[in-house]
Amino acid sequence: MTPTERRYRYLRHTWPVRLMHWINLIALTILLLSGLQIFNAHPSLYWGKSSYSGRPPVLQMYETQSANGDAVGITELFGKRFHTTGLFGVSKDADGTLTERGFPSWLTIPGNQFLAMGRRWHFFFAWLFVVNGLLYLAYSIASRHLSRDLAPTRQDWRSVGRSILDHLRLKHPRGEASKHYNVLQKVTYLTVIFGLLPLLILMGLAMSPRMDSLLPGWIDLVGGRQSARTLHFLAATLLVLFVFIHVFEVIVTGLWNNLRSMITGRYEVEDP
Amino acid sequence: MSKSRRHFLIRVLAGLSAGVLAGCDAITNSSWGPKVLGAGERANRGAQRALTGKSALAQEFSEADLSPDFRSNGTANPSDEAYQRLAKDQFKDWSLKVGGLVHTPTQLSLAQLRTMKARTQITRHDCVEGWSAIGKWTGVPLSEVLALAQPQPTARYVVFYCADPMDDDGTRYYESIDLDEAHHPQTILAYELNGQALPVKNGAPIRVRVERQLGYKMAKYIMRIELVADLKPVGGGNGGYWEDQGYEWYAGI
Repeated sequence: MTPTERRYRYLRHTWPVRLMHWINLIALTILLLSGLQIFNAHPSLYWGKSSYSGRPPVLQMYETQSANGDAVGITELFGKRFHTTGLFGVSKDADGTLTERGFPSWLTIPGNQFLAMGRRWHFFFAWLFVVNGLLYLAYSIASRHLSRDLAPTRQDWRSVGRSILDHLRLKHPRGEASKHYNVLQKVTYLTVIFGLLPLLILMGLAMSPRMDSLLPGWIDLVGGRQSARTLHFLAATLLVLFVFIHVFEVIVTGLWNNLRSMITGRYEVEDP
Repeated sequence: MSKSRRHFLIRVLAGLSAGVLAGCDAITNSSWGPKVLGAGERANRGAQRALTGKSALAQEFSEADLSPDFRSNGTANPSDEAYQRLAKDQFKDWSLKVGGLVHTPTQLSLAQLRTMKARTQITRHDCVEGWSAIGKWTGVPLSEVLALAQPQPTARYVVFYCADPMDDDGTRYYESIDLDEAHHPQTILAYELNGQALPVKNGAPIRVRVERQLGYKMAKYIMRIELVADLKPVGGGNGGYWEDQGYEWYAGI
């Protein structure tokens, strides 16, 4: 460290953003785990209006027996069979015996098979998630967080190529440049906020027989109720993928600094 | 990050997630947890009723969309002697009793129901488990049957008492809907599926269709209909067999 180097902290995230970020994390975690509980009640996904159309499911998890009578967990994706014993199809329940279930008990809320309670968890946190998300949108527009911090600038668009290379090399901006989101980050956040999350909510509503009556046939726009269920699952999977990348980037760009900035708001900048 | 710091973090995360899951299970098993969480489903009911009209129709489909075989779920053949005797004679001796808070207690045979105004609809059946099947149902609008029995002003719910035993204690299936849902044009007492007499596996002689709610609301093997002011005295007090096992009474999603 040279004496000319300057380190300082500045307020990176305002308190409403910090609070809503953590509420969002809690809500989405419970939505995911209770969602897997609900999925387990019928661990098959289809494309179309109904499940029984003469076409096979696009994804299913089930149990078969091996030649010597052992339980084997199978995951079948587009007709391709994978042995997934212990994880999908067949896994150990609370008392250690192998049972037929889609996702294992350590990935579901509640841990045991309990659809009614899975639904209660799911809908309670769905409301929390939606209310939190609407408040975030209102705040982001009113405080100009959206236009100032998230909307890509013309300069951003010109730096897409370099930003991709920087990400692949795990090279991250320092100094003044680290105080702004980079273009890939902005585009990803905007895609999640305005694409993935609304899709997730909409496909959830598309599974509701009552919401079906809102506008005649609107569910056919996405291929039907079973397609909506599949898209709901796919959007959740993409969201998990986003979280993995998000957490990876948080770690490689300075875990403690990032965590601090999302808790106290203060982010440390090192001017080169 | 140093190796020990990384291991520490992984251990903290693993401990944290196990703790969260155990905590969630403790809440599920507590006396207050399910009640608090139930607020979400109560909000569903309010929001869905506000957003969609009282008599807005569920989507109807074409013959091309019919499921080749309309699967059975729950009871496929009630293990009840009286029911089996009725089934043997194609339900000639069966009759639907409509009573409770009505001015004219009514009894209708299957033949009488078949002479009443009928409605045919191709609709999607959505099970709470997640699957859907499409079938063509023909039956009497429930509103027609209620018009004969003339509900009293204090009546608020329609309760269906069924023939199928659900457990060793002999509890038979029961379900309920409110009067708005009962008067919905697509709420019918179906006696035909896909142009044939309703098969036993799908609820013969009649099953109710409540097209804007999930499958467990659509009671099969109906024997008796009762109009009531309050659901508390029905079964365990939650308005239906599955509701008494923790499922929500309003099954619009």
